[in-house]
Amino acid sequence: MPLDRNHAVPALVGNPADFLMIAGLAGTAYELASITNDGDNLYALGGAMGAALSMGLGLALAQPKRRVLVATGDGELLMNVSTLATVGALQPPNLSILCVDNGHYGETGYQKSHTSLGVDLERMAIGAGIGSTMTIEREDQLAAGARMLRESNGTSFVLVKVSTVDAPKDKLSLDGGANRVRFRQALLRAAR
Amino acid sequence: MEATTEDRWQKVVYDTLKKNGVTIFSYVPDAGHRMAIDLSLADPDVHSVALTTEEEGVALAAGAHLGGAKSALLMQSSGLGNCINFFSMITGGKFPFLTILSMRGDYGEGNPWQMGMGKAVRPILDAMGFVTVEITQKDEVERAIDAACTMAFQSGEAVAVLLTQKLIGAKKF
Repeated sequence: MPLDRNHAVPALVGNPADFLMIAGLAGTAYELASITNDGDNLYALGGAMGAALSMGLGLALAQPKRRVLVATGDGELLMNVSTLATVGALQPPNLSILCVDNGHYGETGYQKSHTSLGVDLERMAIGAGIGSTMTIEREDQLAAGARMLRESNGTSFVLVKVSTVDAPKDKLSLDGGANRVRFRQALLRAAR
Repeated sequence: MEATTEDRWQKVVYDTLKKNGVTIFSYVPDAGHRMAIDLSLADPDVHSVALTTEEEGVALAAGAHLGGAKSALLMQSSGLGNCINFFSMITGGKFPFLTILSMRGDYGEGNPWQMGMGKAVRPILDAMGFVTVEITQKDEVERAIDAACTMAFQSGEAVAVLLTQKLIGAKKF
């Protein structure tokens, strides 16, 4: 019985105030907006599929004293899976990656993704040189995954296998400009 | 990093970006950016990020801006085509953005494979709402990069600087 993302992802994120967060489009964007009540420490993408991890890398380099969490789906990560190599070459210690893998493109009607067809994203992360990785398939692994995301000394990659259940869609703001200003005001007290 | 007379302008590109507060340099390598890439790798005060594809540098710049840092994406003009969808994040979210393109498929190009993207560079930049700054002379480099940084980081525009083949010379085939 695969995990339900609506239980597993909040358990892995824990207190969302501990992170600066980037969410990939669709499932994880809705999910983190729900967990944070569309909080000002979250920048959730509504498009630009494949951008979440490199955006999180830029944020992690700019904010070395804060822990950055990139949460994204298997389809979003697959679109620019080579960004794992870009991250692996730099290994920023404050970057944590949570890949919510339901094996499908949920937003477009649950067509199978490559992870349903034999592709293992954790092994691709290992191959990219990311030292702290794990795959979570059971309830009793969630606590260890949560610890890895917030305590790892190097870049961490946690893959959580979940069922094809939708994330809640009630909270997400899709105004990329307003969200940019909101994020920077909260983090930097920047005017724009 | 020793600059020869021919590529001293390349050092000016790097020094001017740094003077304007750029601390994150991302790139897919190209000969026209050789000096800036080497200088960023040797500079302990900046991040030097080797990309696998140019579009990563677009998202990286947006993330850096969220964290209060200035970034520049260095690429060959052929890489512009890889970035187009991610530019929608830049213009839609009004992120300041600066890229420096070393042109191929431009003045004097001898490789027909380069011409298709070379001719498409300006229409693509126009379509995506960029301000474009062209450099054709070595003595324009500092002023043009200064102007581009001001438009990007103060006015919040998406800005592309074209290092044209009049400046860098066409590769011989």
